[in-house]
Amino acid sequence: MRAIPSVLAMVPLVATTSAAAPLRYLSGAGEKASPVVGLTWGVLLISLIVIAVIGVLLAGAIWRRPGQAWIKDSPGTLLQQGSGLDWLWIGVGISTFVLLITVVWTVRVLAQVQSPPVKPAVTIEVTGRQWWWQVRYLSDDAAREFTTANEIHIPAGVPVRMRLVGGDVIHSFWVPQLAGKMDAIPGQTNETWIEAAAPGVYRGQCTEYCGLQHAHMGMLVIAQSESDFRKWWSHQLTAPAEGSGKTAAGEQVFQMHCGSCHAIRGTDAAGAAGPDLSHLMERSTIAAATLPNTPANLARWVADPQSLKPGSQMPAPSLSGSDLKDVGDYLRTLD
Amino acid sequence: MAATAYERPPSIAAEAPAVADKLRGIWATEPGFTGWLASVDHKEIGIRYIVTAFAFLVAGGVEALLFRLQLSWSNLGLLTPEQYDQLFTMHGMTMIFLYAGPILSGFSNYLWPLLLGARDMALPRLNAASYWVYLCAGVFLYASFAIGFGPNVGWFNYVPLAARAYNNGPNIDMYALGMVLLGISTTIGAINFIVTFLRLRAPGMSVNRVPILVWGTLTASAANIFAIPAVSLAFFLLWMDRNLGTHFFDTGANGSAVLWQHLFWMFGHPWVYAIVLPAMGMVSDGLPVFCRRPLVGYTAVALATIATMVLGFGVWVHHMFATGLPNVSLSFFSAASIIIALPSAVGVFAWLATIWTGRPVFATPFLFFASFIILFVIGGVSGYMTGSVPVDWQLTDTYFVVAHLHYVLIGINVFPVVGGTYFWFPKMTGRMMDERLGRWNFWTMFIGFNLGFFPMHISGLLGMPRRIYTYGDGMGWDWLNLITTLGTAIFGIGVLIFLWNVIRSMRHGQTAGPNPWDAPTLEWSTPSPPPPYNFAVIPVVASRHPLWEDRLGEDAERSHVGTGLVLEHGRETLGTTPVDADPNVILKMPADTLVPLWLALSMTIVAVGLALVSWWVIVVGGACTAASILAWLWPQATLGETADLPPEEATHA
Repeated sequence: MRAIPSVLAMVPLVATTSAAAPLRYLSGAGEKASPVVGLTWGVLLISLIVIAVIGVLLAGAIWRRPGQAWIKDSPGTLLQQGSGLDWLWIGVGISTFVLLITVVWTVRVLAQVQSPPVKPAVTIEVTGRQWWWQVRYLSDDAAREFTTANEIHIPAGVPVRMRLVGGDVIHSFWVPQLAGKMDAIPGQTNETWIEAAAPGVYRGQCTEYCGLQHAHMGMLVIAQSESDFRKWWSHQLTAPAEGSGKTAAGEQVFQMHCGSCHAIRGTDAAGAAGPDLSHLMERSTIAAATLPNTPANLARWVADPQSLKPGSQMPAPSLSGSDLKDVGDYLRTLD
Repeated sequence: MAATAYERPPSIAAEAPAVADKLRGIWATEPGFTGWLASVDHKEIGIRYIVTAFAFLVAGGVEALLFRLQLSWSNLGLLTPEQYDQLFTMHGMTMIFLYAGPILSGFSNYLWPLLLGARDMALPRLNAASYWVYLCAGVFLYASFAIGFGPNVGWFNYVPLAARAYNNGPNIDMYALGMVLLGISTTIGAINFIVTFLRLRAPGMSVNRVPILVWGTLTASAANIFAIPAVSLAFFLLWMDRNLGTHFFDTGANGSAVLWQHLFWMFGHPWVYAIVLPAMGMVSDGLPVFCRRPLVGYTAVALATIATMVLGFGVWVHHMFATGLPNVSLSFFSAASIIIALPSAVGVFAWLATIWTGRPVFATPFLFFASFIILFVIGGVSGYMTGSVPVDWQLTDTYFVVAHLHYVLIGINVFPVVGGTYFWFPKMTGRMMDERLGRWNFWTMFIGFNLGFFPMHISGLLGMPRRIYTYGDGMGWDWLNLITTLGTAIFGIGVLIFLWNVIRSMRHGQTAGPNPWDAPTLEWSTPSPPPPYNFAVIPVVASRHPLWEDRLGEDAERSHVGTGLVLEHGRETLGTTPVDADPNVILKMPADTLVPLWLALSMTIVAVGLALVSWWVIVVGGACTAASILAWLWPQATLGETADLPPEEATHA
């Protein structure tokens, strides 16, 4: 009863905040998400109507004919045991009808989104790691495969197959504008698909609790036109531009201190414990979509990851101030 | 054979002071601390359960308020991630396992024999053991938190995060073993309820005449017998994985991470119903009193209770819709999860019809019981939404689910429990709770709750994931979280008003007669508080409303309250047949004893030994456990377990 005003009070709040909420899912942006959006709105509206109807009936029942002010200790008047069973027949009857419709609707949508309308041309393997996403682009031609992290480029307007692998503990892959969740579970590979109708940037997030930095395990999906995507893919296969003399010092520090965990194509750094950093400067964020990829943030992150993301697997490096500067200069050339 | 000396036709008489005095001498607990520890009186045990569970409610509430502060705006640093993780884990574990289940065990323990016309639960020593094991398990579960190593991977404790490789402290072992211990408490409590239902109903109280609360607790107990082995097994396998090098959940050695989820939710979902059905029963019994008429659709509501539980065993996979299960499986569990709303609808329309066709009296219990209906509906429809697989793929693990489960657990458990406390407090203490404070209590809790938890639906729809210790400022969740924190704080104040009212009314409340609410069931025929023996004579029941019969104008024969079977040869109560409740045996009941306490402590020593992986401690604890069981089972003359007659019988024989 009193819940209804509070629902109405929330409407402007939702209106003002939803535009700025990148993980909202009451609107969708592709073949996978859109049918579900309709179903979600459907069951949401049914739910609100049920709350409203029951609220009105309850309020009516309460204030229709209040009884005495207080129950007396002595035997008081009771109502004869009139039936009220009509309420059950009608109420449960209508409920049954609504529930059955929901079941049918659910199963239909489930079938609709189960597999993509056309066979996906691109398959991407995403491995959930504490606390970032390893992203591997698969190809029949082994030379065209490559690994990147946290920012997933896809061609817009076509379905893309996602293979989800649990790299350590269970994570869940979620890009709400494009699809519902699918877990990445160690010991099994789950397949799902996503599609973005139009080019754009869609935010994603790990949604299975995975430890200390579960909160900072974001990702971005960047949908591009088919040609831009192909261009991007080819560029990823190349090694980053050869460093000039100015960055040689930084590259050396990187090999010494960072290369056992991070890889950069075309160099001796080939570690696999942390994100692949080839073409790092093409990414708009660092630390699994935690910070914008600005020179200042990058420098802060390298110098002291533990204060920005406490518990992160990246230890604070024991580097001098000049080494830090050199590494920063070097990283900024990786485009 | 001496046993034949126990067979006697009991006399039928009206209550007499002489018999009452004699019964008091037989049943009263010895004064002093030892007597208190040894008590097997169901009323005493019930109140202990209730007090302990409320203490855990407060602890869990404080934990929640701490992390609500952390979440009230983006990028706050009031808590470290580790502190946040321990707090949200302890909060969930405390509320679900140490509050929500035990509080209902408390009410049921207190009320059942009084509702059924019996002198105690069927197995009083088991009842005491059930409480002591619960208390020990609660302390055990809090012990690691107290030393800074609380469990930190959520109450659902998913592997591999809970495996040794990712969690090397004592926390998970303590959690696992504490849960096994708590499972023992719940299991023996459940057995006791089932046996009590089958054997201890007053003559004439056939199964179609028991209060709905009894149906609720019975159904929950039957479910627990089937559900708890799954979780106890899961936690014990996990302990073995962590300490003995087994690989049940180790995916690196062909174990399965999803196996944990199946075992956990096969228990977890029935448990959700087990911690709401008895509370719904409290409403079904309490609400009609304030509507001045019997419940509409008694049979339908009782059957719906059972149907909910049966279906409740077929919906656990809806916690796992995103784990990559095949479509057929998803469709089945989705349909079951949606259809389970039907028995709930039966309850909702029965309560609505009861108010509609009644003449409601707006006392505090009524406010809580009536508001429960709308909270239940809100929690119910959000559950219906998550039952739809494709929708759940979006909703799951967002704050929408947090909103849902709090509407369910606070709406269907806390609100009826607080209302039930206002309702039965006069019976338990002989004093009324303060009505004015009661209204303040209700409105602060109701407004605070909705203000705090309704916006969580919206933060969930805006994509806020669960179990994040902070969030960025561009996510659009700041204001909603601030409102939520504010609302939960108001709700917390409501709980404090409630506790203050309880404490104050124990001393200063208005004196209550035997039946201050003019209610229809047997507990209200006893003095407030009831004497140790509950009923001076065992009543004979002829309807669902023994105290309302004359005024309801039903043609049926009349119940007899105040005149009935006199059983005063030692501790005795009447055993009746399971369906029709025809009297068929005089049951000898055990006296107060410390053995249940020893047993609980001994089993706790075993758990400590397992946590330390110290075989010496385990052996000592095991020996103590065996000794306690031996002492428990030692034949006693007063129980008719030896050939000798107890002095009491001998004089009569």
